[in-house]
Amino acid sequence: MDEVLIGSVLASTLRVTTPLLLCALAGLISERSGVIDIGLEGKMLFAAFAAAAAASVGHSTALGLVAAMLVACLLSLLHGFACVTHRGDQVVSGVAINMVAAGLTVVLGIAWFAQGGQTPPIDAAVRLTGLSAAFAEPVEGSWWASVIGHGLLSHNILVYLAFALVGGVWFFLERTKPGLRLRAVGENPAMVDAAGVSVPRLRYAALLLNGLLCGLAGSYLTLAQNANFSPNMTAGRGFIALAAMIFGKWKPLPTMAACLLFGFLDAAAIRLQGVAIPGVGEVPVQAIQALPYLLTVVLLAGFIGQALAPKALGRPYIKER
Amino acid sequence: MSNAQAFQMPRWMDLVLLPLWNLLVALLVAGGVVLLIGESPLQALSILLNGALGNARGLGYTLYYATTFIFTGLAVAVAFHGGLFNIGGEGQATFGGLGVALLALWLGHRLPAWLVLPLVVLAAALFGMLWAAVPAYLQAWRGSHIVITTIMFNFLAASLNVYLLVNWLRPAGSMSVESSNFADGARMPALHQLAEKLGLELPSSPLNLSLVLALLACWFVTWFLWKSRAGYALRAVGSAPQAAHYAGMNPRLQVLIAMGISGALAGLVGVNEISGVQGKLTLDFVAGAGFTGIAVSLMGRNHPLGIILASLLFGVLYQGGVEVSFELPRFSREMVVTVQGLIVLFAGAMAMVSAPMFARLYASFKRREAARG
Repeated sequence: MDEVLIGSVLASTLRVTTPLLLCALAGLISERSGVIDIGLEGKMLFAAFAAAAAASVGHSTALGLVAAMLVACLLSLLHGFACVTHRGDQVVSGVAINMVAAGLTVVLGIAWFAQGGQTPPIDAAVRLTGLSAAFAEPVEGSWWASVIGHGLLSHNILVYLAFALVGGVWFFLERTKPGLRLRAVGENPAMVDAAGVSVPRLRYAALLLNGLLCGLAGSYLTLAQNANFSPNMTAGRGFIALAAMIFGKWKPLPTMAACLLFGFLDAAAIRLQGVAIPGVGEVPVQAIQALPYLLTVVLLAGFIGQALAPKALGRPYIKER
Repeated sequence: MSNAQAFQMPRWMDLVLLPLWNLLVALLVAGGVVLLIGESPLQALSILLNGALGNARGLGYTLYYATTFIFTGLAVAVAFHGGLFNIGGEGQATFGGLGVALLALWLGHRLPAWLVLPLVVLAAALFGMLWAAVPAYLQAWRGSHIVITTIMFNFLAASLNVYLLVNWLRPAGSMSVESSNFADGARMPALHQLAEKLGLELPSSPLNLSLVLALLACWFVTWFLWKSRAGYALRAVGSAPQAAHYAGMNPRLQVLIAMGISGALAGLVGVNEISGVQGKLTLDFVAGAGFTGIAVSLMGRNHPLGIILASLLFGVLYQGGVEVSFELPRFSREMVVTVQGLIVLFAGAMAMVSAPMFARLYASFKRREAARG
């Protein structure tokens, strides 16, 4: 019995973690370049809608993915236009993106599909399914099939891509020249400017990468997890991703750890419903769901180590004359 | 183009023309969306205005929505004058409603209405204040960022509300997740009920005495920010923390004061929604009003008078939006959320995009006037 439980908790943890991770990496790239991204939730939501709308109408996975990334990149460019080019308030712009996405996805959904804001279901053939069908269910009595097979090997391509991207983003930021510049522009834009590199161009580039990742996060929700889009289906995941990124101190590997922790809490919350834990008693499911937010508050207050944000985060750069 | 030169324009342009222009741009884009979904923007607009202002019942609803937005708009504005962006109106309002419900359920049956109602208002303000004071304390003394903390506190308040409703406040045997009904004494009288006592007949609407409370709050905020010593200190810290610190003001304490008042104002949403309309604690009764407050405050340029006008605008949009969604099949009320987002975008984040254009227009106008002598 144990192997079945461990295998299925492991599998659902990875499934729930994937969109958080993609979204948190998106936020990480943007914020390391000095641009606050409160709009993660909205970009992921709009991307999820675009993926579902395009995939269900066009009957193509690729079309869904491209549409999602395109829409998220456009929202990122809007964010850049407001805060990088015109030096508007980055938080206000992010809030605006969240509102526009929450409203417009439903408005367009109702107008186009007339199903109360939902998109039609996506064909099974178009959806992203596990790479191997062999481990779809945990097998009682076999640790290998349950924990390794079902837990680790039963997932779709986006799950593995998300975890591979942790290494990719780390390598990009720490080991490549554009990555170094991107980090520098978040710490000391004046220095980057003095070195003859365009601050806006770097920040726009970061925002575009951010859009691509938000697009992937959104498409995961509709192409892999659910079969269609329903209003407000991100349900705060963008903010959890933001929390995970802060919890991971704006670094890829710790961010992944935070996403896994939050994903595990989410996966465990459902199973812990109504179960009495020895010594603690029954833990209300709301408390477990609220834990990521609470942990982030506690971390930011400096009770568990320092959370050091990029130094130029949130400050529009004004070129000196 | 240097900034100081580019944005030189008279005060009325900055205070009136630019916000109106930004609003117009937002509404034009919204009109484009309406076109995109295959409806006529002009028809939608005429149904909207007619539904919100065309009859007494619609007007009642409009003013009821506006009441809530005045509270959240003022909340954002007061924090803003203290140099803080309070994005947590949603959570503070939720907590305020919780305060209303706890007091009403506890004392509603035991005390007369004239005593319960002021206590209800006090409980709403106090609970909202408490919920805002924690992020304020964490920012001032522990260095956490108020925007992030208040976002987290929105979710914490929502979770707490669900937990309390599901496990404690829901009457035994009830399936719906809401508290039992309050005693009549704990309910803010609706305006049509009051009018009835005076022999006037008004159509029933959720508009209640909270509107008076909202206008009082506007008066209080105006007095506090521009007439009181404490308000001066708050604005000083908001505009120049370093200078205010040298002048002997305590920036940390000011953060606490600004957020405390801001939270209290947001908490008063609980009076309008919970005591005034629902008569019981419900799930998610704030329904985004905390975020609407951001749009209201941006539109109203953080001034109570502007906030009243912006709240009316949003009241019209909300009430009218419902009417349009009844009339036009392809139009949904989420259009209002979209418009709200567009207003935050154009009047907030991109507020200064058009400023150089207006400054240039003004400069060329001045030059021509000078040339004519």
